Amino acid sequence: MTEYNIKELKSGGLMKQKEKDIFSLRLRIVGGFVKSEQLIKLSEIANKFGEGYIHLTTRQGIEIPNVNIKDFETVKKELAGVELQMGACGQRVRTVTACQGKECSHGLIDCLLLAKEVDKKYFGIGGHPHKFKIGITGCPNACIKPQENDLGIMGRLKKRFVKENCNYCGLCAEICPVGAIEVDRDSEKILFDADKCIGCGDCVYSCPTDAWRKRQEGYAIFVGGKMGKFPKLGVKVFDFIETKERVFEIIDKTLEFYKKFGNKGERFRETLDRVGVEKYKNKVS
Amino acid sequence: MTDYNDSLDLTGIACPNNFVRTKLKLEEMEPGQILEVILDDGEPIRNVPRAVKEDGHEILKAEKIDNKWKILIKKA
Ligand code: SF4
Ligand code: SF4
Ligand code: SF4
Repeated sequence: MTEYNIKELKSGGLMKQKEKDIFSLRLRIVGGFVKSEQLIKLSEIANKFGEGYIHLTTRQGIEIPNVNIKDFETVKKELAGVELQMGACGQRVRTVTACQGKECSHGLIDCLLLAKEVDKKYFGIGGHPHKFKIGITGCPNACIKPQENDLGIMGRLKKRFVKENCNYCGLCAEICPVGAIEVDRDSEKILFDADKCIGCGDCVYSCPTDAWRKRQEGYAIFVGGKMGKFPKLGVKVFDFIETKERVFEIIDKTLEFYKKFGNKGERFRETLDRVGVEKYKNKVS
Repeated sequence: MTDYNDSLDLTGIACPNNFVRTKLKLEEMEPGQILEVILDDGEPIRNVPRAVKEDGHEILKAEKIDNKWKILIKKA
């Protein structure tokens, strides 16, 4: 292999296929959002330089298979024309996944905006023991599976109760997925168990009289999720982070922790299990 | 008792058809008129009132009768 190829390989996003000089190009996509003009360009590129198709990855990414390395520079330029770049492989912060968030009727946070910000700040950063995946989901329905990521972010909501509005119909108690609300119709009382509440907002969006109201949106944080040969689900380390700034601080400190305490080749979960979740929490708190 | 102008029994109708039928019925009605809807508990009561609110209508009343819910919707 020429020196040129080695340099390009290191820049990320080029995955060698079995055939000589043939690569699959992995792109940098954020949260699976792709503009229509980008789709048109991808179609052109796949027809001209690949074999007329693309591959969608499990992390909402796009790969263009069957591209000859000699065409790589040309393809890269064409991609740049529609603001597309090469993705990341190896021991780096990978594609940030995100659900529809704001566009979904259950969404509590703007996942796309947050994913773009997280991607901008962390995408492709290396220097830790292994790859690092971040996923952002809009509500506790967890469609993006934040628990499968090294760090998962979940939209949550805190609410308040306007007693005068409540007519004790019992609807909120009926629909709460965790039984956090009890309604006593006869004595006109609502019992709310804040420890049980998972902040999904269902009661707020269904209450006929707007007696439950949104107070604030926030973020739950999960760490240590991974798939692969030995899958493990992430554990929730923070229930409700109030600001985005604090979320970024937690990501910063988590990556620092991973760099400092992780052994070579170890996924973040393994570091956490070895060093201890409590110690991690102390360091990032 | 609140009076209503029209009524829909959506017992046994699954999501999202129950909401679609509610929506179509509301479209036939005049603003300010009241529609009574009967829904099963479980998913229907979880989804329909919320979707009705998102469309801007007002829910005047929700009442559980055995395993069903009766809701009164005021068309926006
Ligand atoms: S996680 Fe919530 S907001 Fe995101 S797509 Fe699923 S239901 Fe919608
Ligand atoms: S749904 Fe609203 S009005 Fe009905 S009991 Fe709950 S808080 Fe009160
Ligand atoms: S926010 Fe969700 S979990 Fe919390 S009380 Fe309301 S319905 Fe229940």
